[in-house]
Amino acid sequence: MTTDFTGEYTGYRRDKPGLGLWPHQGKVAIVGWGMSPVDRRWDGVSMDKTYGAYGMMAVQQALDDAGVDRSEVDGMFVCPETGAGATGGSSADWGPYRSYFEPPYDSEYGLSRLNAKWLIDNMPGFDNVRFAPSNVPSIGEQMGMTAQAVADGHCDVALLVYGMNNFEGRYRHGGENASPEARGNRQWNAPWSSGDGLQLTGAITIQQYCARYGGSFEELIAPAVINEHRNGLMHSWGFYTLHGPSGLTFEDYVNARPVLWPCRIWDCDRPVNAVGAFLFATAERAKDMKQQPLWVLNHNGGQGGTVRSSQETLDESEEARAQVAGMVYEGSGLHAEDVDIFNPYDGYSFFLPLTLEGFQWHGVKKGESQAFFNGDISVEGPHPFTPGGGNLGVGRTRTAMYIDSIEQLRGQAGERQVTIKNGRPETAICAFAPARSAAYIVLSNATP
Amino acid sequence: MSKLIPIPDELSKPFWDAVNEKRLIVQQCADCPTLQYPPRPTCQDCGSESMGWKEVEGKGHILSFFVVYDGRYQVRIPDQPYNVAIVALDEEPRINFYANLPGTPVKQVPIGAPVELIFEEVAPGQLIHDWKVVE
Repeated sequence: MTTDFTGEYTGYRRDKPGLGLWPHQGKVAIVGWGMSPVDRRWDGVSMDKTYGAYGMMAVQQALDDAGVDRSEVDGMFVCPETGAGATGGSSADWGPYRSYFEPPYDSEYGLSRLNAKWLIDNMPGFDNVRFAPSNVPSIGEQMGMTAQAVADGHCDVALLVYGMNNFEGRYRHGGENASPEARGNRQWNAPWSSGDGLQLTGAITIQQYCARYGGSFEELIAPAVINEHRNGLMHSWGFYTLHGPSGLTFEDYVNARPVLWPCRIWDCDRPVNAVGAFLFATAERAKDMKQQPLWVLNHNGGQGGTVRSSQETLDESEEARAQVAGMVYEGSGLHAEDVDIFNPYDGYSFFLPLTLEGFQWHGVKKGESQAFFNGDISVEGPHPFTPGGGNLGVGRTRTAMYIDSIEQLRGQAGERQVTIKNGRPETAICAFAPARSAAYIVLSNATP
Repeated sequence: MSKLIPIPDELSKPFWDAVNEKRLIVQQCADCPTLQYPPRPTCQDCGSESMGWKEVEGKGHILSFFVVYDGRYQVRIPDQPYNVAIVALDEEPRINFYANLPGTPVKQVPIGAPVELIFEEVAPGQLIHDWKVVE
């Protein structure tokens, strides 16, 4: 590997209000994508289904999609973490539940980890990668990092690779979560709770939401979850397409086992083994590629709002979402009514109403999500909400939001192609942005 | 019911020492009226580093709750299902606490109901604060 830069890349985040329009509109485009099949986990035998093999598959698909040769890639942004470790982090630290042969072997790379070096070493032809930072974040901000690196001239054709890995057993149930002690910030929640972070944030605030605005959690959320499953089944590569079950009904939903009641198993995205890849390019390089360039109008990172005490309250959640939406709209120059495709993050279903209302997509304001979700939110209808199916529709790949947005703007979404604007939407907002995260990217098929 | 044991640090030691004496204290800013919990090095409102402590009465109301059927903390798995509620402190509603509401049946949490402070020993000599619905 002769990469010139493999250190930490900083300064790329657009993480506060007031930054104005992204000054690089019209200079960076997404030009390709690839996605491996989505499996529950590696079977421990099939070498063409390992995490690494799926990574290579996705990368080649993205290159083929754009009509780009490996030698043309000069930037590589590979997230080294899958979030599937003992308490998060890398699945490589989730040793006790290995389903396959025991160490020693020469590397975790290809089995539970990916990075630029491994891909370059195992995919001959990546001879001109000159920018491959080591500190690549998860896909929400990874999108922004990659777009900004191209915009800033660090590379002209940049490959983004993001995967999720899932070993036998239950990740995030080890490490500190298996300890009888609560240290650091955990001393303020762990003695009473079930876990920290998103579980607490979402489950409690959505109950507050239902109490304030009326209606049950099931009446609010089930239509959105069922719609996501339906949309997810229209991807050829999604978990439920490949492995079932399909046809989620309201009865299936309400009778499913509770996890953090009122949240049931269908409210939580299914851990999977899969890898996605995306190709970014400068305007100059994009113009000669196979696909229509999809221009990056803006990207954001960081978080909105603040949390004052132990637990984020509904007011704080709503304020944070509104602030994030303001950042996204400010940087893109769009307003809510300009956004055709809306693919927010849904790893827990309860993020959806708050995010929808924060962005006021299709005019939905505080407390109005239940009525909206119980209307026509299908891809065929006038309000095609989360047409990609999100994580709940395809499994925890965190890629469906981006892939669908790309396909919709290209007019290549097949059965999922929305019918608004005669099937030719022009703009999309997509994200892996849990809770108060501002990790959004905005795309357009019209040259800015 | 087994619960995780809080391990005090330099900032939190006065708080846990008070809890072990069955007193609930929150941080009080010396330069503005702010009360805050959990403790932080500075005031959330004015940025002052002059943070003291104030004992509070221990009355609150339930803001919201959920029920843990399948949580991540190993030591609590035998207790599942159990309630997790959020309690707003009456003296400063911007302060909230987690609670398990012992005595309240699973899913039967009365949102908005008044609660009072109780203490529970989770390890020899280490108490934690919890809340109980006022009958």
